[in-house]
Amino acid sequence: MVWMMSSLHRDPVLNIDRMDAANPKGVSALPLQKITPASATRGSIPRWVRRFCGPVLLVLIWHVASVSGVLPGEVLAGPATVISSAAKLFATGELQQAMWISLRRALSGLAIGGTIGVTLAVVAGLFRLGEDLIDAPMQMLRTVPNVALIPLLIIWFGIGETPKVALIALGTAFPLYLNVYAGIRNVDSTLIEAGRTLGLSRLAMIRHVILPGALPNALVGLRYALGIAWLALVFGEQINATAGIGYLMANAREFFQTDVIVVCLAVYALLGLAVDFTVRTLEKVFLAWRPAFNGT
Amino acid sequence: MAASVQRNLKIVETETPADVLGRAKANDLAVRVRGLTRRFGEREVLKDLDLDIAPGEFVALLGASGCGKSTLLRILADLDREMIGEVEVPVRRAVAFQAPRLMPWKKVWRNVVLGLPGRPDGKRALAALQEVGIGHRADEWPKVLSGGEAQRTSLARALVREPDLLLLDEPFAALDALTRIKAQELVGELWQRHGCAILLVTHDVEEAVLLADRVLVMKDGVIAHEERIAMRRPRDVADPAFARIRGDLLDWLGVRHGKHHND
Repeated sequence: MVWMMSSLHRDPVLNIDRMDAANPKGVSALPLQKITPASATRGSIPRWVRRFCGPVLLVLIWHVASVSGVLPGEVLAGPATVISSAAKLFATGELQQAMWISLRRALSGLAIGGTIGVTLAVVAGLFRLGEDLIDAPMQMLRTVPNVALIPLLIIWFGIGETPKVALIALGTAFPLYLNVYAGIRNVDSTLIEAGRTLGLSRLAMIRHVILPGALPNALVGLRYALGIAWLALVFGEQINATAGIGYLMANAREFFQTDVIVVCLAVYALLGLAVDFTVRTLEKVFLAWRPAFNGT
Repeated sequence: MAASVQRNLKIVETETPADVLGRAKANDLAVRVRGLTRRFGEREVLKDLDLDIAPGEFVALLGASGCGKSTLLRILADLDREMIGEVEVPVRRAVAFQAPRLMPWKKVWRNVVLGLPGRPDGKRALAALQEVGIGHRADEWPKVLSGGEAQRTSLARALVREPDLLLLDEPFAALDALTRIKAQELVGELWQRHGCAILLVTHDVEEAVLLADRVLVMKDGVIAHEERIAMRRPRDVADPAFARIRGDLLDWLGVRHGKHHND
């Protein structure tokens, strides 16, 4: 029992003097950490207020910068000017019309691209033959930056609505394909075995095990696709648009109206947020079963 | 290679009218295995194995990990056909695995009736869940169940199919000691009520002796030892007879150095 005799030694890890437990005087020398309840550190401000503070602060800084003259109007219009021109555009109905047209382009492109992407993914995910035929070309094509296809799309479809929608469809098909395919292939094999022991037919297996199992990935794909849809929309609307947010922006550029450009940017951002919110809601409804980490 | 495996493969499904006649005739079998061999590459996990299980019989299969007991169970569950030999199992069979393997996207009661013909029958699911003592959890997501509750759900899902053969693959291994005792009692009761044959794969000697009519010890791909347990139920761990059987089985498993030294 030699170790009990030595009353003090150097802890090699913590680099502090430690007393042996056998020595009652050593109790106070133990390094302790106080663990406080989560409610004490969380603060009393509601979460949504805190989330709101960041953007408000940003607008405030922007406002101060333009009022003080640090940020001249011809570089970037101040928030006050932006709000008043937004109100003007809204009053004439230009803004709503442009928003509607842009939203319609994005959603129809997404619908077409999504249908193609999901269908191909399901075929490639479920059938070996489908995988062999579809996966390699898809993996090849997805590396082509779809913005580089604009010239080709213009030659094929002219300069009307079609090339814009086609660009969005092309952009959204790939992230959906990749994620749905990966989702199907990553379904827990132990659950598929369980399904077999329960006597599920192939169709029932797809419906009750494989597709629900692929849903989390599919929704991730949808979010990617929406991000790309918006990006493609901005590019698409730069080419010869006669309506839509992009058209409003191109016009404003001609007249150096930075306030209108900011309004259009804000609209893009808001539309993007709204759509993202929709997907989040979908996730909440369809993925309620998932034991996921919700953050602290 | 694969072709020769295919040629020798033969799974015959037999219908045992166990629940029509109460218990099937004594000469009927719930499981009949002859000359079963399963190779993983060069390694023979099952070597020319024979096994019979009578209808309504509770058989426990003991063995060290890697001895092939789970492989045998997977073959009986028709999850693995890359074997050689003759295997006959009832058409109506069910499996409960070590992990409950519930579909996380289905509410508990839907999990129970998944795969049954017709529309999902809530009443039937609830009855099965009540039988295992968790009727009040029927409308929950599997993620909120405790380990014991999830395992009970898995048992309910197996029993709702009214199987003639129930395959249990270490179903209590992941449970804490207290929950395990309750779950073992539950399986004993359910077996007596349903009268199905059970093959319980386990590495817990006590569990095997507590529950089974017959304990098989598997070693090197064959059944090395068979022990019939005539003790009356419910069995008591403290019973000297219990301790003796347990000791014998531990010897056969090579855990204790005793009189049986087989090599």
